[in-house]
Amino acid sequence: MGKLSFIARRLVKGVFVLLAIVILNFLLIRLAPGDPAQVMAGEAGAADQEFIQQLQEKFGLNQPLHEQLFIYLKGVLTLDLGWSYRQDEAVATLIFERLPATLLLTGTAFCFALTFGVLLGALAAARVGRWTDSLITVLALVCYATPLFWVALMSILLFSVYLGWLPGFGMFSVGAGYTGLEFVLDVLRHLILPALTLGLFYMAVYTRMTRASMLEVMEMDYVKTARAKGLAPGRITRMHVLRNALLPVITLAGIQAGQMVGGAVLTETVFAWPGIGRLMFDALLQRDYNLLLGVFLVSSAVVVLFNLVTDLVYTFVDPRIEVS
Amino acid sequence: MQKNLEFWKRFCRNKGAVVGLLIIVAVILMAIFAPLLYPDSPWKLVQRPFIPPMELDGYWFGTDTLGRDIGAGLVHGARVSLLVGLTSTVVALLIGVTLGAFAGYYGGLVDDGVMRFTELFQTVPNFALAIVLVAIMQPSVESVILAIGIVSWPPVARLVRGEFLSLRSREFVQASMVLGQSNARIILTQILPNTLSPVIVMTSLMVATAILLESALSFLGLGDPDVMSWGYMIGAARTVLRQAWWMSFFPGVMILLTVLALNLVGEGLNDAMNPRLARKSR
Amino acid sequence: MNNQTSDKTLLSIEDLTVRLPEGADRDNAVENISFQVNRGEILCIVGESGSGKSVTANAIMGLLPRPYVEPVAGRIVFEGRDLLQLPEATLRDLRGSRVGMIFQEPMTALNPVMKIGDQINEVFDAHGKAGRKERKEQVVELLRSVGLPDPESLGDSYPFRLSGGQRQRVMIAMALALEPGVLIADEPTTALDVTTQAQILRLIRKLQDDRDMGVMFITHDFGVVAEVADQVAVMQLGEVVESGPAQEILNNPQHPYTQRLVGSVPRFEPPEARGKLSAETLLSVRSLDKTYVTARGLFTKGRTVQAAKSVSFDIRKGETMGLVGESGSGKSTVGRCIVRLLESNGGEIRFRDEIDLASLKGRGLQPYRKHIQMIFQDPYASLNPRRKVGRIIAEGPMAHGTSQAEAHRRAEELLELVGLDSAVADRYPHEFSGGQRQRIGIARALALDPELLVADEPVSALDVSVQAQVLDLLDDIKQRLNISVLFITHDLRVAAQICERIAVMQLGEIVEYGDTREVFSNPQHPYTRELLAAVPGRNWSIPEVARKAVADQQLQKEVL
Repeated sequence: MGKLSFIARRLVKGVFVLLAIVILNFLLIRLAPGDPAQVMAGEAGAADQEFIQQLQEKFGLNQPLHEQLFIYLKGVLTLDLGWSYRQDEAVATLIFERLPATLLLTGTAFCFALTFGVLLGALAAARVGRWTDSLITVLALVCYATPLFWVALMSILLFSVYLGWLPGFGMFSVGAGYTGLEFVLDVLRHLILPALTLGLFYMAVYTRMTRASMLEVMEMDYVKTARAKGLAPGRITRMHVLRNALLPVITLAGIQAGQMVGGAVLTETVFAWPGIGRLMFDALLQRDYNLLLGVFLVSSAVVVLFNLVTDLVYTFVDPRIEVS
Repeated sequence: MQKNLEFWKRFCRNKGAVVGLLIIVAVILMAIFAPLLYPDSPWKLVQRPFIPPMELDGYWFGTDTLGRDIGAGLVHGARVSLLVGLTSTVVALLIGVTLGAFAGYYGGLVDDGVMRFTELFQTVPNFALAIVLVAIMQPSVESVILAIGIVSWPPVARLVRGEFLSLRSREFVQASMVLGQSNARIILTQILPNTLSPVIVMTSLMVATAILLESALSFLGLGDPDVMSWGYMIGAARTVLRQAWWMSFFPGVMILLTVLALNLVGEGLNDAMNPRLARKSR
Repeated sequence: MNNQTSDKTLLSIEDLTVRLPEGADRDNAVENISFQVNRGEILCIVGESGSGKSVTANAIMGLLPRPYVEPVAGRIVFEGRDLLQLPEATLRDLRGSRVGMIFQEPMTALNPVMKIGDQINEVFDAHGKAGRKERKEQVVELLRSVGLPDPESLGDSYPFRLSGGQRQRVMIAMALALEPGVLIADEPTTALDVTTQAQILRLIRKLQDDRDMGVMFITHDFGVVAEVADQVAVMQLGEVVESGPAQEILNNPQHPYTQRLVGSVPRFEPPEARGKLSAETLLSVRSLDKTYVTARGLFTKGRTVQAAKSVSFDIRKGETMGLVGESGSGKSTVGRCIVRLLESNGGEIRFRDEIDLASLKGRGLQPYRKHIQMIFQDPYASLNPRRKVGRIIAEGPMAHGTSQAEAHRRAEELLELVGLDSAVADRYPHEFSGGQRQRIGIARALALDPELLVADEPVSALDVSVQAQVLDLLDDIKQRLNISVLFITHDLRVAAQICERIAVMQLGEIVEYGDTREVFSNPQHPYTRELLAAVPGRNWSIPEVARKAVADQQLQKEVL
């Protein structure tokens, strides 16, 4: 009962956060300099008076603000995110076409970052003060400080241009006409560089967090209890330290898994990966505000979704969830 | 006096922090003396384009696609990085500390409201929000600072709120309530000074993150079009990566060094300010 | 106790010295200490904080943070082997199987994300005992033997569902799972309420008897010693200054330090009335209600806890009124409502029969703040670490319009009044000991010339010898300045010494209220009787020789 009501509460909260994000999005359009209709039309050159008038009517732009919000909300609920006048296509269609590529990229990067981050962090904590620890700490520090887009460029230079090991452009080889397994392998080869460079920063975050969290838990009374029981060090680390130390890491990972979708703008731009990050960059170049805000809205929604999943995972790993 | 001395001793025990501090000082000096080192504007075309580094005397870092001196760009770029890093952090601190202090001190519904608001900003992917904000406000130094400030305050608010929440129920704060001190006085003179050390540590990390964000925005072409910055240089050189590696390599190294140094200093400050915790992790 | 081992000896510490890291306040945590734990006996190691008791226990268990804290000399002989010479793997085998240990903080001593049954099972696992099926029965049997309710299903619960006392029982079950020869208990009841403490002490005594174990019981409380000890070793600054059979140490202490410690324990019987009580009422509390609402969110209804239910009592001019009860009884809540740190939900707090403080808010309350001041429990948290002592004391008068110079002059006077040098006004709090800080806290409260002091457990965080001094100071100030004190405490010994009248609280209600001597000698409410019966060492009367030692020391101080 406790767990269910917890999840239900989180669901309700998620819906409210989504609503707030939609409203924020709505306000952002109104914040843009100049007439919103002009903005929506973009600097498409199509901004003749008649067209603007059509837009004003469609979005109720000459009606009071709350009416406009209502129209906007209705649109969002029916997945109508507006029209991209630049690409002459519905914003929603553009986004949902590209979303799978982004999810593939960020999902891979996330798994890589979490696996190696936790492993390295745990290793560093277990060998605290020794050279393994120092090495991992320095590595994490450097990865944490490197600009993502620059690593991406440098890895293209190294692995793609000089060594020629991996492709550094696009999601699949254009014109090769691969099918079936060959196609999958081709995509995988294209995936490696972008996923690694995107995951590197997050790996550093998880490494630092896991290490710090484990060191903290090692000082806890119940770890002393475990030692007093005569347990072997390995068992203490696995059953008592790691289990407790990973709780904050899970929370953080959940928040960031979603944030990655936003961070993918840089990676996708550099690697010409056909996802929503790349779409956002294109929208930016063309000052296509409808599309820009559409991508922003969808990526925010993805974050909310990921946070919900984290909460769900949390209910399984922390028994105290019912009381808090 | 003696306290300061001890603080420095503890700070200097962390060798990485000392190295970091030296790098920061070097970058700051570079920014200050940029007009002396490279009196000409970094936008000025000074030589033929595509000169590789170390090939022509006086142009050790080479020239870019239009024949601008990359060395000049590196030095002048330090100015905007530091400027944006520092001011946007101040903006974030102003928002974060104020909201956090109110939420933590008054608790109850105020806290609920402020924290929901903070969560909202934490949920929204912050880089995407920064992009949207700058795009809407039109790229300029001011809009970049404001956008970075707006996306970076939530962690400050959470930290300060947590500190206020725990300090508020601390007995010395309750004592000043019983003594009849005003709320403003208690917030400013009793609680705030005691939240300083974690906030300072966080500040150095925030400046680092802000510099990263600024470079990423400039890379995407969202920097101030009148100001030379490291991110812009990399962005502009992206299309010629295969022919001219140096154009994107050097500015990246500058960003990496500056950000790394700030992180190192942050860790050193943390060690020096929380000696008890520092010993644990050694 | 003679320092010869006999065939009854299970564990023997011989000339043990444990070194502290450089820069600690002394070289060795313990120096040349020797004692034995015998089969079928409880040895109490008594000492104040910093005496090296816990280090000794950890050294036996091999749980020292080596190499920072390192045993450098002596032997720890257990079952014929020197534990200090054993390799870690062998030592690990002994821990939990032949030597069990329980700790001070039951709330944090269990892994929060692991079921209780699993945590007990780990002991069997680690030492390769018993098959799966037997184990389940054994866990149930263990939980039953330590008196836990519903042992069949309790193993499937997580620790957060259990109270502090129950968790300590789980810890005991775990430590005794493999029937060790020796149990080491490091302040196992210090964090518990007095009635729970009595139960746990009884349980340890019983289990020790049933299993013919040896127990090494670390404590700071001579009351507890009187309750459970067969043998006693007294430690001071890393050395054993006196040891022997409990009856000897308790009733005829030889070493001056032991005498001082024993003599500082507050007597359980209230003293004769000192003169007549004033009939004038300073503060009267009438049907005070306070309800907490916990975890209330925007979408969830919070749970409510009634911390104070229709509480009524009077405080007369110049008297010390005690408010006693266990944790969660609402005694602190009442105190905080009176100084208006908390808003009450109902009832009156009448001051000098003229004004209802509960009805005042913000600016209206401000002029009355100074009449009622508070003294806090934790000397380490009650002073702002970033302010000089003089400033801390002067802040109150300054908030009420006194000039800075005048307030600082007054602060120096007050420092002398509470027995400190006026020159310390320029120092920061971290330069003072706990007892000194508590004196500073008292000076701060007195700075506004209050008529009522609310003292919330003012001596609970202090060592027993310091406790006595601070209590004397409070009593002295009360007499000299003729102020009233509301003294909130969980410690009935302390209450007996200092309070003219007491009110006993349970679950937010006052269950008994009256003259202290009356309540102690003739308790009416069953809960009061239970509380009084739970006071450790209540049948032990503190020997005159110890009283005299404390009095002599006091005299010496005054002459100097």
